[in-house]
Amino acid sequence: MNRFLANNGWSLGLAVLLALLLVATKTIQPDFGVSGLDTLGRSALPFALATLGMAVVVIAGGIDLSLASMMAVSSVTAATLMNGATDAQSAVVVVFVLVLGAAMGAVNGTLVVVTRVPDIVVTLSMLFVWQGTALLILNAPGGAAAPWLRALSAGGVTLPLVPDVLTTWLPKSVVFLLVSMAVIWLPIRRSKLGLMFYAIGSDGLAAFRSGVPVGRIKIAAYAVTGLFAALGGIAVTMSTGIGEPIPGPYLLAAVAAVVLGGVVLGGGRGGLVGPILAVFVLRLVRMDLTLMSVDPNVTTIVEGSIMVVVVMFGGVLAMKGRRE
Amino acid sequence: MTRLMRLVAENPLIPLVGLLAALIVVLEVMQPGIVSPFWIGNTLRVAIPLAMLAACQTLTMLTGGIDLSAGTVATITAFVLATLSPLMGIPEATLIALSCAVLAGAVNGFGIAICRVHPLIMSLGTGLIANGCLLVYQRYVIATGTLIPETLIWLGTGKTFGIPNGLAMFVPFAALIIWGQSRTGFGRLLYAVGSNEPATRLSGVRSWQVYLALYTLSGLIAGVAGLILLGLVKTPSLSLALRLDLPSVAAAVVGGTSIFGGRGGYGGTIVGALILTVLTTMLTLLHMPEGARGILFGLIILAVTAVYIRLTERG
Repeated sequence: MNRFLANNGWSLGLAVLLALLLVATKTIQPDFGVSGLDTLGRSALPFALATLGMAVVVIAGGIDLSLASMMAVSSVTAATLMNGATDAQSAVVVVFVLVLGAAMGAVNGTLVVVTRVPDIVVTLSMLFVWQGTALLILNAPGGAAAPWLRALSAGGVTLPLVPDVLTTWLPKSVVFLLVSMAVIWLPIRRSKLGLMFYAIGSDGLAAFRSGVPVGRIKIAAYAVTGLFAALGGIAVTMSTGIGEPIPGPYLLAAVAAVVLGGVVLGGGRGGLVGPILAVFVLRLVRMDLTLMSVDPNVTTIVEGSIMVVVVMFGGVLAMKGRRE
Repeated sequence: MTRLMRLVAENPLIPLVGLLAALIVVLEVMQPGIVSPFWIGNTLRVAIPLAMLAACQTLTMLTGGIDLSAGTVATITAFVLATLSPLMGIPEATLIALSCAVLAGAVNGFGIAICRVHPLIMSLGTGLIANGCLLVYQRYVIATGTLIPETLIWLGTGKTFGIPNGLAMFVPFAALIIWGQSRTGFGRLLYAVGSNEPATRLSGVRSWQVYLALYTLSGLIAGVAGLILLGLVKTPSLSLALRLDLPSVAAAVVGGTSIFGGRGGYGGTIVGALILTVLTTMLTLLHMPEGARGILFGLIILAVTAVYIRLTERG
């Protein structure tokens, strides 16, 4: 039990914070209920997927600044191809976009490994490249999303044979997030591959000497990031119904949530649960401030301050731990 | 051949200047007659604010850090100066605007030096907070109108005998930084902290003082860069220098400063800023769609950096 607490202290703290915030939301807005949860889930979905992608690559010791641009490429590709497509065709499109995302990530990873240029510089250059690609595919917001795809993230869950009352409070968007996380991350985390991500993140040289193919694993980590970015791009198209060639504010938000979620920049430590909780904490703070009709600009200040203060606090804690 | 390689490895500026010259030649071939004293003056004028912002990145990168709040700080300084000038006079407004820049830098320094937050996160957070403050501030001053001091317009856009006036400020600035980075104790400490922080700490350096001073200085430089940019663009906007944030990092990187610290210098960064400016002109001349220009820009930065790392590693 103590070991569980020690290993998951950060995530548990975030979960408690999230619960407190939910209670606070209910106090501010007594009508806050099913539709409120749905709004929260839907607005958090692209942010959460971007954060998952960033968390994977940061755990493996890298960072991907081109994440938001890859999301833009995925979003416009999905929206352009789905424009006028039948349901079956659009299902193929979704699969194609997911493969495309993984391929874009693999390109980033390969460039990092082959050129030996620092990750941050390679992905900074690729930010311009993917952003340009998105603009070439679609010059202005446009395209369309298949209706079944749009229905995938709107409203609550309804299951056959189970009374609606039991399930409708759970937003479909949250289920979508959990399912994509379980399908992509759980098998990786449980396999050798996940262990190797952590290994190359905490000490590349030691991993190399223990026989880990460092280059190939790094490429794999970037590919997983690209896959999550593609999901994020699809989520953007899903919620707006169109493709958006200009990258949204997902990059900075993802870095912030990853760090807030207890993943250490530099790699090797942290998981994916903390960052997801951090995304919801940040989105809920934003929502609460909006409910209290605070100026949205003040909201930005508060968000930034939370991020800085929490990280500073974590830094001071880590220093104390080292001294003892 | 080996001797040539060693020469290049020991003087990393040679290939950079060569690349800059090659780019200018290509530009002249693409559009004969474009390279003129007038064009050179314009290019320098545009490159100066970029090179100044890249100074923030170079100095912080020498210690293994980065300052992603530089663009926001520059924007705030310019906006505060332009909106306060009609209210309280130019000298006071300048003082207040630059104190905002120093304050933002000091906040960065506090987080990085004392709380040991990763510079990337800290400067990102400070940038977010500062940007929020700017947006709130903007609501209260919207009615006062703006005034841009004549001196700044003279510095930013004016030319004397075809030479941009900005150089009158930039040349001493660059000389000071290049002199400071290699000839002063503070400059050498930046390299020392960047190459091996535990070793410098064991040699009795209080590295937190170095970080605090460095990030405060970086804030001040970003502020001054914002003022020069205001003189060049002549309209204070809420996103004045934000689009220069990533290019300023790119200029430092292309100029051969290592993002892991301890290697590089401001001389290379200036050439890097010029390369990026010439490259932008060239891509604009190509009459390509905006997207294709972005792709080329990214690929060229990556290629230059990759080749450069190979060249300097040999030695």
